[in-house]
Amino acid sequence: MDLGALATLNAERRERRAAILATDLDDGRGWVIREGDAVAGALGEAVARTFRSGRSQTVEAQGRTLFLNVHVPPPRLVVIGAVHISQALAPMARIAGFDVAIIDPRTAFATRERFGDVQLDAEWPEVVLARRPLDAFTALVAVTHDPGIDDFPLQAALAAQCFYVGALGSRKTHAKRVERFLAQGVAAGDMERIRAPIGLDIAASTPAEIAVAVLAQIVQALRSRGPAGQAGRSVA
Amino acid sequence: MVKETAIPQLLPDPLERAQAWAQGGRSVALATVIDTWGSAPRPVGSQLVIDADGNFEGSVSGGCVEGSVVAEALDVIASGVPRVLEFGVADETAWQVGLSCGGRIKIYVEPLS
Repeated sequence: MDLGALATLNAERRERRAAILATDLDDGRGWVIREGDAVAGALGEAVARTFRSGRSQTVEAQGRTLFLNVHVPPPRLVVIGAVHISQALAPMARIAGFDVAIIDPRTAFATRERFGDVQLDAEWPEVVLARRPLDAFTALVAVTHDPGIDDFPLQAALAAQCFYVGALGSRKTHAKRVERFLAQGVAAGDMERIRAPIGLDIAASTPAEIAVAVLAQIVQALRSRGPAGQAGRSVA
Repeated sequence: MVKETAIPQLLPDPLERAQAWAQGGRSVALATVIDTWGSAPRPVGSQLVIDADGNFEGSVSGGCVEGSVVAEALDVIASGVPRVLEFGVADETAWQVGLSCGGRIKIYVEPLS
C-alpha cells in the first residue's frame, strides 16, 4: 500500500464512512474501495458481502488473491446529562472504541472544563438529535434524573432501535417512568428494552464505578445483539 | 461545539499513527492478520504498524508474537518486499515464537511506500 491509499482510508474512517482496503497479496498493491463504489464481477460480489458482514476476508477474484480489510465506523455512545458519571464514562467509552457525544441543555454542567475535548452540546436533546439522529449503531444513556430532559431522548432511542438504551434512576423512579411512557403511547414491549436501574450489578458505588457498570452493560449489548434489524432485542 | 472525531484519541489509532510517521519522513511497515485458525487472540484485519527504529502501535496477537513481527517488519522496510508470516502454538523445546492459546495466525507484512 502507498501513503496516498492510507491517507484516503484514514479520511474515510474519520468521516464515519465504511471503507475496504483491498490488498493484492501477490504483488502488494493496495487500494481503497468506498461503500457504493461500482466494482464489477466476482470482486464486486465479494466487496458487497464484506461490507454487509463487516468481516475482513481473503478472496480469489480475477485470478488474484486479494485481502479485503473492511473498516466500519465505531459505535456511538450518546450520553444525556453532563454529570459526574458522564465525566468518567466519556473517557472510558472512548478507550473502549466508542464515538462519544454528551448532550445537556444545562450550560453550568456542559462545560469544556469538565469534559475536555469530548463532543459536547449544551442544547436540548430535541435540537441535537434532529441534527444528528440516533440509529441502531448507537447506545443512548440518560443520566440527568430530570424527566424533562431524559424522556424525549429515551423515547427517540427506542424508536430508532438503538442497540442499548439505559436510564439512571431507582426502581421506583423507573416505575413512574414506565407509567408516564405508556400513557404517552410507548409500547409495553419497548419499555422492557430500557435498562433501569442502569448498569450491570457489580455493586458500583462511586460515579466512576457506575460508569464501569454502564460501559460493561453497553459492551454486552453490542457484542450479543442479533443480526441487523434485531439490534438491542436479544439481551434481557 | 468541539469537533467530532470518528477515531477515539485516548487509545492511539495504528493507521493514523502510520500516516503521521510516514508524513514525518519515517519508513513504515504494516502488519495485518489475514487469516486465523482456532482460538486466535486477535481477529482477521487486526493491525500493527512499525517504523524503522522498531517503534510500534497496535497488535496482531495478545503480545505473543509482536516482537517477532517487528523484527520481520524491519527486514521488510529494508528490502521493500512484502512477506507472509505464520505462527502456531509455541514449541517450547525449539524455543520457537508462538501462541500459547492454541490457535494459528497468518500475518501479511508490507512496506508503506
